[in-house]
Amino acid sequence: MSGEHIDEVSDVSTTGHEWDGIKELNNPLPRWWVITFYVTIVWAIGYTIAYPAWTMLSSATRGVLVYSSRHDVKNELEAAEVAKGKYVAALQAKTVFEIAADDVLRGFAIAAGGAAFKVNCVQCHGSGAQGSKGFPNLNDDDWLWGGKAEQIQQTITHGIRFASDSDTRLSEMPAFGDIITPEQIRQVSAYVSSLSGAVGDQALVIPGANVFAENCAACHGDNAKGNTELGAPDLTDAIWLYGAGETAIAAQVRAPKQGVMPAWGGRLGEVKVKELAVYVHSLGGGE
Amino acid sequence: MKFGTEIVLLSLFAFAALVAAGFGVDEPFRQHMWVLFFAVAGFTAILLRNTEFKPAVPIDPAAFMDGPIRYGAVATVFWGVVGMLVGVVIALQLAYPDLSVEPWFNFGRLRPLHTSGVVFAFGGNALLCTSLYVVQRTCRARLFGGNLAWFVFWGYQLFIVMAATGYLLGITESREYAEPEWYVDLWLTMVWVAYLVLFLGTILKRREPHIYVANWFYLSFIVTIAMLHVINNLSMPVSFVGSKSYSAFSGVQDALTQWWYGHNAVGFFLTAGFLGMMYYFVPKQANRPVYSYRLSIIHFWALIFLYIWAGPHHLHYTALPDWAQTLGMAFSIMLWMPSWGGMINGLMTLSGAWDKLRTDPIIRMMVMAIAFYGMSTFEGPMMSIKAVNSLSHYTDWTIGHVHSGALGWVGMISFGAIYFMVPKLWNRERLYSLRLVNWHFWLATLGIVVYAAVMWVSGVMQGLMWREYDEQGFLVFSFAETVAAMHLYYIMRAIGGAMYLSGALIMAWNVTMTILGYQREEKPMPRPIAAVRPARSGARKWA
Repeated sequence: MSGEHIDEVSDVSTTGHEWDGIKELNNPLPRWWVITFYVTIVWAIGYTIAYPAWTMLSSATRGVLVYSSRHDVKNELEAAEVAKGKYVAALQAKTVFEIAADDVLRGFAIAAGGAAFKVNCVQCHGSGAQGSKGFPNLNDDDWLWGGKAEQIQQTITHGIRFASDSDTRLSEMPAFGDIITPEQIRQVSAYVSSLSGAVGDQALVIPGANVFAENCAACHGDNAKGNTELGAPDLTDAIWLYGAGETAIAAQVRAPKQGVMPAWGGRLGEVKVKELAVYVHSLGGGE
Repeated sequence: MKFGTEIVLLSLFAFAALVAAGFGVDEPFRQHMWVLFFAVAGFTAILLRNTEFKPAVPIDPAAFMDGPIRYGAVATVFWGVVGMLVGVVIALQLAYPDLSVEPWFNFGRLRPLHTSGVVFAFGGNALLCTSLYVVQRTCRARLFGGNLAWFVFWGYQLFIVMAATGYLLGITESREYAEPEWYVDLWLTMVWVAYLVLFLGTILKRREPHIYVANWFYLSFIVTIAMLHVINNLSMPVSFVGSKSYSAFSGVQDALTQWWYGHNAVGFFLTAGFLGMMYYFVPKQANRPVYSYRLSIIHFWALIFLYIWAGPHHLHYTALPDWAQTLGMAFSIMLWMPSWGGMINGLMTLSGAWDKLRTDPIIRMMVMAIAFYGMSTFEGPMMSIKAVNSLSHYTDWTIGHVHSGALGWVGMISFGAIYFMVPKLWNRERLYSLRLVNWHFWLATLGIVVYAAVMWVSGVMQGLMWREYDEQGFLVFSFAETVAAMHLYYIMRAIGGAMYLSGALIMAWNVTMTILGYQREEKPMPRPIAAVRPARSGARKWA
């Protein structure tokens, strides 16, 4: 538009153009800006020489440092394997009982099992192994299939009611809704509830004891303390997998929920399962 | 105006939507076509009701065409509030997952609604209306192509409506920032080409010898987005009356295409486009010349040349070959100074007018925008460094970074431009209230600071927890534990976002009252104490 003129405030000439009242000063590029820009360019060229970068016909330059992120990962994993090697070999050779008795191996197995637990088990059993409805708490001393390290190992390896493992732990409580009358279910539920201290209607509790003796004691035992051989829960300890109270118990008697735990042996391998067994055993409830 | 041709074409369009709703092969597509039908039919009805048979007022070919810009300014404010509101909602959903409402308002569907809402609906309308405002004034030419600008404006709104309703119906291509399905992509392509013709046509008929720098940036944004959009969305529909399509690319090539698009959506939509905005509105509001013409040329060409290569830094330590990762990082580092060229030119344009920071909340907003621009364009190259990225990637640090850019830079410079334009577009003496602008400034600034700071802290914590190993080399935290540790930060993030949103609501009020012609009775902002002083009495130089 107009000719060149000097901006009053900055004492710098403008380029002489004007757009809708906007002018542009003729300031040079800030020197620090130019220098920093050049430094980043030089650095970038150097970096592409050092690392894989320049594409050729069928591949790219490998760089002076011959870097490869895949090799890096492989090396790190191998180094980690080597570092753990002697422990893993010992774990392979020993039984979980022996591992638990050896302080060094036990410490290693608990660390390793704890890490594996966080990745594989927390989804159902919770990050504190506290469980939730339908998923057992692993911190207490109430064990459906036994709390000895070997028993835990067996459970983890083969799972529970896991169809594709022939050695899986199997127990199938019948649906008593088809076997006994609704009245009897109410009675036995009141009786079972009373075993862990709940005060129920005596008119139901007393006949319930008979129903229990005839139908339930075979698996749960005369004293209702359960049987880990059969996976029959202890009914006297006030620990309920599917909820406390007569209603929840009655629902479970009528048509029991049958939880499934996958078999982990094939997926995690023997050593990892041993580590998990020792870890779970250490949580506080191991027998 | 009679709108004869328009009404016929729109009716045919609505009929086609109705046919598609009838013959659609999947339920979401049929629902989506009903949405399209009602949108287009409703618009046709409005046009019909506005038909007048008086002879049209002759258009002064020298006058600027500001109608679409006025609509665009309103749309910017409206979509801004909507997009930010959805942002606050999903922030709360992260803190309280029970707030997910299945299936239409769960996090998975609302999240793209938020990103597209703020980037394309708010940011896109801001770019659309300011670019048309700027190009006419700096070219001294009326917009090219008659009613083309109206087609671009309404066509873009239809794209927004179809994209947004598609997300809520569960229609998605699952491509970051490009989720709309093939038929919405095709529509946007048509609108975008019309936008390019409109903008370029106006530049070509300019009555200034040179093209102003703001227009270079706007043009690079329009051209590059056209290229990115078309290539990223190359796909094959399963049925031409169905909502599903498959990408032309697969595996790591698809990933790279997506991040080539995604990164340059940031580079050319959210950076170059808004730099165009800065180059016009900052000198206008400050009433000072642009600091350096040479810097503007060099940093423009350096920026657009380097930005396009930096996408691979989104795929560090993935299946992407090492050489591509190296290049992505090298170009990102070189991008630092070209990005800062814009910051220098924006900030130094204020030399001689720094006192306005004290007296003019609009300038304050613009300066805060440039400051956040500078900060995020430093943070970006830093996060592209592989060692830093190995900690920051996949964490909320990235979310903090993108929001310091989006809320700080994109949001604030757009607010500044809106506050500048609205009184002029509606011939008002001034805004309804400058004090309210000041409130908006402080709410927005504090909101960003809370948001970004919280996300930095929680992001670094998250990254460190993920990589925390004990002395024997075993993982210390489960994923769920890292999520639990984020809870408090998620709440604080939602508070920061809500502050930013409340600022935008104040803006909506202020803009509405300005448009309606009110002026608030209030104590004026402080007056400048010293007049601009000539250099000879002691202004400092920076170079």
